[in-house]
Amino acid sequence: MARITAGLTSSHVPAIAAAWDQGRADEDYWRPVFAGFDWTKKWLAEHMPDAIVLVYNDHASAFSLELIPTFAIGCADRFEIADEGYGPRPVPAVEGHADLAWHIAQSTILDEFDMTIINKLDVDHGLTVPLTLMFGQPEAWPTKIIPLAVNVVQFPPPTGNRCYMLGQAIRRAIESFPEDLDVQVWGTGGMSHQLQGPRAGLINKEFDTAFLDRLTADPEALRKLPHIDYVREAGSEAIELVMWLVMRGALGEHVRELYRFYHVPTSNTALGHIVLEPTN
Amino acid sequence: MSDLSEYDDIPGTTLFTAQRSRKGYWLNQFCMSLMKPENRERFKADERAYLDEWPMSEAQKQAVLARDYNACIAEGGNIYFLAKIFSTDGKSYQYAAGTMTGMTQEEYAEMMLHGGRSIEGNRSKKEGR
Repeated sequence: MARITAGLTSSHVPAIAAAWDQGRADEDYWRPVFAGFDWTKKWLAEHMPDAIVLVYNDHASAFSLELIPTFAIGCADRFEIADEGYGPRPVPAVEGHADLAWHIAQSTILDEFDMTIINKLDVDHGLTVPLTLMFGQPEAWPTKIIPLAVNVVQFPPPTGNRCYMLGQAIRRAIESFPEDLDVQVWGTGGMSHQLQGPRAGLINKEFDTAFLDRLTADPEALRKLPHIDYVREAGSEAIELVMWLVMRGALGEHVRELYRFYHVPTSNTALGHIVLEPTN
Repeated sequence: MSDLSEYDDIPGTTLFTAQRSRKGYWLNQFCMSLMKPENRERFKADERAYLDEWPMSEAQKQAVLARDYNACIAEGGNIYFLAKIFSTDGKSYQYAAGTMTGMTQEEYAEMMLHGGRSIEGNRSKKEGR
């Protein structure tokens, strides 16, 4: 049977993609950002999963205002790189895991989550920035990726509790998949940032640190955190952090923190990254 | 449950609600069209003529022409859609966000380097905290 071996989270700031793609990763501003992922790169090389369920949000790339699914899963064999207004990033296309993705779609729907199924999806920086941070610039990405898109653009996004419960349903789905696979679940986006209006540039390190701590110490408290607390305390775009709770719900009740990195600033954003291992 | 008016208490912040999404529908859909290189070229060649192809309000068109992103958001624009405009201009999120704060680019960049905008005094208009 398949199993969830680990979970991790990472911000997906588009400026990271620009810095990497334009060969500026060695600049003083960017060196510490990329260095913060050295530990994880090494760890991943030794713990490479067969597939990753990568929870991210589309930033008005695949989904315009014509169609706004709350939860949608990419069930295709391959996902192309989106052109977000400056041409597609020069990174490999993403190889999916259609068997597992369809299984998760079927299992979660029968588990009462009304998933949208996607067969054509161009993936944007929300999905590709974490791949760059974790895997650098390979000829092809070293594992298969199942994109799971969460609406956090049009208000309201799903609640943190609902995201957590979806994570639990994803775990049940993966554990009922008959192949012997190691699967990781990644949550992306966040941490504190606001990209709009006179309050743009907001960073709340205290909120972020408490959020990182509670992923291990008190996920039950995070489940109950209302949307307005994310927006008020950590900025309008910090609402992306609900996606981290899909990852956390998928890992089960008890986890061990293996690694953490937090860095300000990354463009407008507090970059947060944590690696967790289930201990149930 | 769906009353979002409490968010109006957060200073300097506009939530992308149903009402704003409806108001900004064509503004945001115009932005989406800039994901195609041929549309970016046509827009750059004659911005006004390109905008006139869309059923947008005059206020929305003026906001785009002026690259006034606060005005774009007031007219129903959403930052992830508006990103297609500043990406077409070769500008970054940090540039666009900075223009909305009343600070110069240098001041905004400096603020970010020093840990960003503090939450103190930025939580609530009503409570002034």
